[in-house]
Amino acid sequence: MTKKTGSVRFESVVKKYGEVTALKKLDLSIDPGKLVTLLGPSGCGKTTTLRLIAGLEMATEGKIYIGGEDVTHLTATYRKVSMVFQSYALFPHMTVRENVAYGLTVKSAPKAEAAQKADEGLELVGLAGFGDRLPSELSGGQQQRVAVARAIVLEPEVLLLDEPLSNLDAKLRRHVREEIRQIQQSLGLTAVYVTHDQEEAMAVSDDIIVMNNAEIAQIGTPNDLYEAPSSAFIADFIGDANLVPCDVDALDGAIARARVNGQKLSVPSNGIRKGAAQMVLRPQALTLQKPDQPGLEGQISYAAYLGKEMQYTVETLVGSLFVIGPVQAQPFLRGDSVSVGIIEDQARLVSA
Amino acid sequence: MKKTVLIWLAIGLVSFVLLPWHMTEDGLYDATWMTDGVAATGLFSILAGQWWLAPAGLAILAAIVIQLAIDEPVKRARLTLGTAVAGLAFIALQGLIIVRAGPRIFETLFVSEAVMAGQPGMGAGAGICALALLFAATISLSQSDKGQGDAFVVSTIGLIVALVAIFVFFPVIHILVRAFEVDGGYSLTEFFPRFFSSDIWDLSCLISNRSCGVGINSLFLAVMTGAGTTLLGLSFALIFTRTDFRAKKLLRVLTVLPIITPPFVIGLALILLFGRTGTITEYFADLLGWEATRWLYGFWGIYFAQLLSFTPIAFLVLIGVVQGVSPSMEEASQTLDANRWQTFRFVSLPLMRPGLANAFLLGFIESLADFGNPLVLGSGYSVLSTDIYFAIVGAVADPAKAAILAIALLTLTLTAFMAQRMWLGKKSYATITGKADSGQNASLNPILKWACYCTALPWAAFTLVVYSMIIFGSFVKLWGINHGFTFDHYIRAFGIDFSTGRFSGVAWDSYFTTLTISSIAAPLTALVGLSTAYLLVRQKFWGKDAFEFSTMLSFAIPGTVIGVSYIMAFNFPPIELTGTSIILIIVFVFRNMPVGVRGGIAAMSQLDKSLDEASITLGANSFTTVRRVILPLMGPAVLAALTYSFVRAITSVSAVIFLVSAKHNMATSFIVGRVENGEFGLAIAYSAALIITMLAAILLLQLLVGVRRLRRSDRVQQIAKTA
Repeated sequence: MTKKTGSVRFESVVKKYGEVTALKKLDLSIDPGKLVTLLGPSGCGKTTTLRLIAGLEMATEGKIYIGGEDVTHLTATYRKVSMVFQSYALFPHMTVRENVAYGLTVKSAPKAEAAQKADEGLELVGLAGFGDRLPSELSGGQQQRVAVARAIVLEPEVLLLDEPLSNLDAKLRRHVREEIRQIQQSLGLTAVYVTHDQEEAMAVSDDIIVMNNAEIAQIGTPNDLYEAPSSAFIADFIGDANLVPCDVDALDGAIARARVNGQKLSVPSNGIRKGAAQMVLRPQALTLQKPDQPGLEGQISYAAYLGKEMQYTVETLVGSLFVIGPVQAQPFLRGDSVSVGIIEDQARLVSA
Repeated sequence: MKKTVLIWLAIGLVSFVLLPWHMTEDGLYDATWMTDGVAATGLFSILAGQWWLAPAGLAILAAIVIQLAIDEPVKRARLTLGTAVAGLAFIALQGLIIVRAGPRIFETLFVSEAVMAGQPGMGAGAGICALALLFAATISLSQSDKGQGDAFVVSTIGLIVALVAIFVFFPVIHILVRAFEVDGGYSLTEFFPRFFSSDIWDLSCLISNRSCGVGINSLFLAVMTGAGTTLLGLSFALIFTRTDFRAKKLLRVLTVLPIITPPFVIGLALILLFGRTGTITEYFADLLGWEATRWLYGFWGIYFAQLLSFTPIAFLVLIGVVQGVSPSMEEASQTLDANRWQTFRFVSLPLMRPGLANAFLLGFIESLADFGNPLVLGSGYSVLSTDIYFAIVGAVADPAKAAILAIALLTLTLTAFMAQRMWLGKKSYATITGKADSGQNASLNPILKWACYCTALPWAAFTLVVYSMIIFGSFVKLWGINHGFTFDHYIRAFGIDFSTGRFSGVAWDSYFTTLTISSIAAPLTALVGLSTAYLLVRQKFWGKDAFEFSTMLSFAIPGTVIGVSYIMAFNFPPIELTGTSIILIIVFVFRNMPVGVRGGIAAMSQLDKSLDEASITLGANSFTTVRRVILPLMGPAVLAALTYSFVRAITSVSAVIFLVSAKHNMATSFIVGRVENGEFGLAIAYSAALIITMLAAILLLQLLVGVRRLRRSDRVQQIAKTA
């Protein structure tokens, strides 16, 4: 399979359904060969964005470019993108081979050639020999792979995946997402992947576009988003986080001097300005100590043993904190008074 | 796309030059016009002095030039669109203005020799030219916005809108025009006194023993029938879903009966039972010494016939409603310590309320539109639908009166139709969700259960008796007088002279015509209905609500009104169709279209939309998607639509009776004719033969489609017997 992979660019794209604005002036750019995830809570506009790339929805304003070509007014039929649907959308009355060959045959490719390419596609997803079955005779994971094969045999400029794993059970999900990532990388495809599962997004993506309220909240690598969240929303959405109000008193290069409930801390500044801010405290950035140690005073309201770790909820003066601690011989119990310590270089600051 | 437009325009041009523009005397398939000289084609008609045809030809030419000369696609599309629409407008205008006969509404505006001379109705040439211009316009429209719209979708919408406009709205408007007609002109002021005349709306039957106006009669009958069928239907539905009644399969048969019963057959059977010489009348007359009366030929006769005819429809609607009440709601009520009566009264019944209203309105509309039963039974009680018929075919033909009555009837049915859509559209208590409901419906409390049994079961028995009458009556020499067994009626109707191989029976002609026309109409109905359903379910376009409303509208137009409007509209140029078989096919297609649309919508809604989208993102256009993905998956729905429209075409009588001709007679109007002559035996034998024909068609479908697996199994809570 040859590489004809393309970029995707949105210029001030707006999508409205009557009075409702589904996308507010979206600008984005996806480089060729990258897998980019659109991540966000339901109703944030991520699926709308995907359908705009596919041509299943038309932009109300703005321009869309695929592979450098203006496709704003082209319908889905004429765009060189293909899509893997959440429900797989395999045609139930066609065999697996006919399904995979469908895109080729509607472009009037010779039957033998289409069937051969379909078989190649099936081999690529590890389903060689399944061509004569009906979709209903396959398991969910196999159907999923047929859907992927059907999309990639067309050698699309962009491959779109709409929550492709949501119908699989948890264990299979990890396996299939690794496969999808592998195929995407080996073919060098540009892929746009929609999901609401942040763990899935972090596992497969080159870049993640986090969306909220019909606009982009932050774009970055998984590492960027986790380590340098631009807002409280991102910090909360990507991984678990405790958000604690604080005051930034002084900035000293990359270090900020901040106060949380009177306690003075030196933490990475993360581009913050002086004044009121919020401190992002990941559960593993907090330690639990005996009450006589320095830290935030608190009382344990919930404690759970999870095998590899302990999870606690601690009520403090700055709110209840979620803390992950090591499994100890004598764990803290509900009702214990504790002091919560903050590991300074793991804390992050975002604007209030 | 440029190629497709050019092909259509070329077809238009060729037919303008080579095909006869006007209707030829010899009919569509006769080719003698070719040898008679070429003067009949559009081009030569212009040369022969019919200058008003020129704009149509020029529009086609201009559009071709535009297609070839302009390179910029959007500009090309917009100019072609404008030209084609102008061409269509010219064709329509010249057709309406320059007519040989019929209403000349523009007479006062254009007075010239040409207008007075007139021209015959449009023929093949005009039709194909108009179609070519229509498609050139729709394809261009799809291209004329910034980008590439879907030419297939826009063209389908355009075609359906055009067909509905010509074959639903145009005729109905003709009725309106007729209603405003006075001697030598039109008058607005004349209409209202005529419309509100006491003949129609007189209420004096309430206070004296004079009879009411015919409109009031219809309204009263419709309200009674609506209420009666809803009550009976509900009883049947409750028995079917909420009791452990054993003969449920038999009740199912009830739902098939109305589909295969020509509408007047019930009336006929009632005459055999309760008429002057009816079996039951005579029995009681002998037993009790009552005098045999003609009570059946009046309100009560029609009312009973309509209850028998339309209860199954209410049952069909209400069974869905009753099943739609989620078992978990009833279980919730019971766990909150409500007893079975309270559960029914305060949970189930309120949830069914919109469904009950729907069933009532359906019965109301059906009763107003019913033509067969009042025609057979109604000599003592006049209603609108039959009065319209008599105003047309009676001793004193009075089209203006027919138009007024038709408007009165249309007002009533449309009001009910609007009420149904506006009021019920908003309130939906449907409690079936995507989630699997695993509860059990509460069974009825004993009193309610026996109330249902007492209402419904005698009625079911009565229905059985009525239907067996239809069979027995056909084998009896002369009902009420000579009850000897005979095949005479069947031989008269369906006799075959084996020595000559001729079909000597009197019924064969109309029987074959009926089968032929129904078989042609059925696939067309299914095509139009399913295309409309596809557009409604799967496409978004401007004016979709209005589109849906207008395609559903013909459901609310009673057959009688359609029949009258068709003879008023299509008896004259520009579209002259009366006396042909085409008009029968058209009337079936547009009468039965809503059924196809509903069936299609139901089937299409069950197909996951992402299947279409998958096909489209894989590079298929919407036509390929329909052909390769949607149609194959809709197989059963297509077959159902086919059978249903076939059967409806056979049983239809109200619209047909106006449109049949000596050459193209239909079975139902033939039977009605026999009834009017008092030949009951023959009429009933023919009806029985029709019912068997349709049963055979339905069974054939069942075999083709396989076992239906539509409904979830009917679970009814079993009362624990071991305490």
